[in-house]
Amino acid sequence: MWYFRTVGKRKIIEFIFLCIFMVFFFGPLLNLLLLAFAGEWQYPDILPKVWSLDWWSFVLQDESLVRSMWLSFFIAAIVTLISLIICIPAAYAFARIQFPLRRLFLFSFLLTNAFPKMGLYVAIAVLFYQMNLMNTFTGIILIHIINTLMFMTWIPSAAFENVHKSQEEAARDAGASPMRVFWHITLPMAKPGIIVASVFTFLSSLNEAEGTFLVGVPNYQTMPVIMYSIIADYPSTAGAVFSVILTLPTLILLLAARRFVGADVFANGFKMK
Amino acid sequence: MAIKLAIQNLSKLYPTGEGVQNIDFHVEEGELVTLLGPSGCGKTTVLRSVGGFIDPTGGAIKVSDQDVHHLPPEKRPSAMVFQSYNLWPHMTVFDNLAFSLKLKKVKKIEIQQRVEEVLTLVHLQGMEKKYPSELSGGQQQRIALARALLLEPEVLLLDEPFSALDAKLRHELREELRDIQSKRNLTMLFVTHDQEEALSISDKIVVMNNGHIEQIAPPQDIYNTPASLFVAQFIGRMNFIKGQAVNNTIQIGDITLTMDDLYTGEVTLGVRPEDIHVADKSSVRIEARVDKMMMLGHFAEITLHTLIGSLKMFVDRQQLEQFELNSTISIKLVNFIVFKENGEVLSNRRMNVNEMV
Ligand SMILES: Nc1ncnc2c1ncn2[C@@H]1O[C@H](COP(=O)(O)OP(=O)(O)OP(=O)(O)O)[C@@H](O)[C@H]1O
Ligand SMILES: [Mg+2]
Repeated sequence: MWYFRTVGKRKIIEFIFLCIFMVFFFGPLLNLLLLAFAGEWQYPDILPKVWSLDWWSFVLQDESLVRSMWLSFFIAAIVTLISLIICIPAAYAFARIQFPLRRLFLFSFLLTNAFPKMGLYVAIAVLFYQMNLMNTFTGIILIHIINTLMFMTWIPSAAFENVHKSQEEAARDAGASPMRVFWHITLPMAKPGIIVASVFTFLSSLNEAEGTFLVGVPNYQTMPVIMYSIIADYPSTAGAVFSVILTLPTLILLLAARRFVGADVFANGFKMK
Repeated sequence: MAIKLAIQNLSKLYPTGEGVQNIDFHVEEGELVTLLGPSGCGKTTVLRSVGGFIDPTGGAIKVSDQDVHHLPPEKRPSAMVFQSYNLWPHMTVFDNLAFSLKLKKVKKIEIQQRVEEVLTLVHLQGMEKKYPSELSGGQQQRIALARALLLEPEVLLLDEPFSALDAKLRHELREELRDIQSKRNLTMLFVTHDQEEALSISDKIVVMNNGHIEQIAPPQDIYNTPASLFVAQFIGRMNFIKGQAVNNTIQIGDITLTMDDLYTGEVTLGVRPEDIHVADKSSVRIEARVDKMMMLGHFAEITLHTLIGSLKMFVDRQQLEQFELNSTISIKLVNFIVFKENGEVLSNRRMNVNEMV
């Protein structure tokens, strides 16, 4: 990938940070993983005494749990898709059009994530009651999108800003219509940023619990929502199994995104302008 | 020669009140015309209007007698090379070059062949698979030029294409551009704020200032007979001496010069450093003290202190030994230009030594 070729000796510092990150991130995760496969595990032991797959088969055979997994992934996919459709044009507009309220707009996106989530959700829930959106699929999608709007606009917007006007103009000059320029030049150049934003959107939707709980119960129980009851009703091993299943896509997607776009894009994505 | 590009009474007014007015010049087939002027004078505005990236407020732009005003950039018969960020970083050199050909649905084999050909022309054979980030600044600009050439434009537009490069490379690319121009009989409109660059590559220079044209002439004429005080100041080096004209004489301190024209009022005398010579014994002369001597390569600059002010003088490297710091010498002005108070040229003449009274 062309992005890799531009990365210099920053790699070393990056590597150090990665190591620290690994300890903090993979430490608990490793513990979780062990717990998920543990049959019997008492405190001072480093490894479980007895290994077991019992809880895996329990989780994977419980129909409502499996359904919740599919529901979660389905919702996350739909949310990502809709966010893309809404936010990519908005992100482009933010990057290109110099309207005076631009900063205010970006700031307001930030603001939706600054308030305590529950307060915001309750306010939204009141609104949803009036609009008959409670306990509906649409309601859940909406509440997820409210969450994802910010990075889905902000990160691609920064990516679009890195596409210079003269690069687009050169393509016009070469005979491409504005639509073609966007499709062949602007979009591919901003692609790493868009992918990062999409991954974040997908994951945040996958892990969203509070809003889904408020709007979706009792009919729509996604993985994170069901997680609460599992932790309450079953031994911690069941929770661990479920957590692993919930964490796995996060891990896979993040690693894939990292492989695909290189680390400097992550940094660029958060450049505040 | 046929006129390729005609710009007629073009104007562009930005909402801020800045812009260009009364821009009127043409470029003949196979000619390289330079738009030269200080930063912010409107060069880019004119060039981008031709390319179709700016909608002019008034006037007409004709390429081969066709009004292009209504055409979007992708339909105009011009091609543009920008100062920087020309190339698309996610595409290889080959894909950058092939982009326009693919849009035109040119056959694969022909694309291959034409890309190869143009890469040879810009001395970058075999670079097809590289990405722009793997190229040096000079190579990137060469590729940008190659890409513009593949469009087979009737007019090639270049907006300070070399200004981000170091001096040596700039020289090199200038020469290459001239070579390519003569090989392909290209018609070019070239923007620069670098007077040396303009003087060295242009067939004709359009000097701009503050949104309007000051002078249109070949480099030699721009240098020898600037049409205004602005052009004289902007191009080359020049000494300026304030004086008082009365009829056909100019009084500067206690020196009196004669001129052909009749004028009374404040004037400014412009003298190029190379037009100040050491006076021989018989001629009328100005006393001067050597204040400073500076080697500038193949010539030297000498700063003189005279009764009419401080003057710069250029001498050959070999002659430098004849001068001594703080010694007194006699000089004469071989050539000078007289400007009126409003910057217009009053008289432009080569002096005869005996005329200095
Ligand atoms: N989009 C714009 N909106 C408002 N004013 C502009 C715009 N573009 C240029 N100007 C103004 O118009 C004038 C001419 O600008 P232009 O870019 O043509 O100058 P230039 O000669 O190319 O300068 P430079 O050598 O710095 O590139 C400047 O004063 C500039 O501030
Ligand atoms: Mg410019």
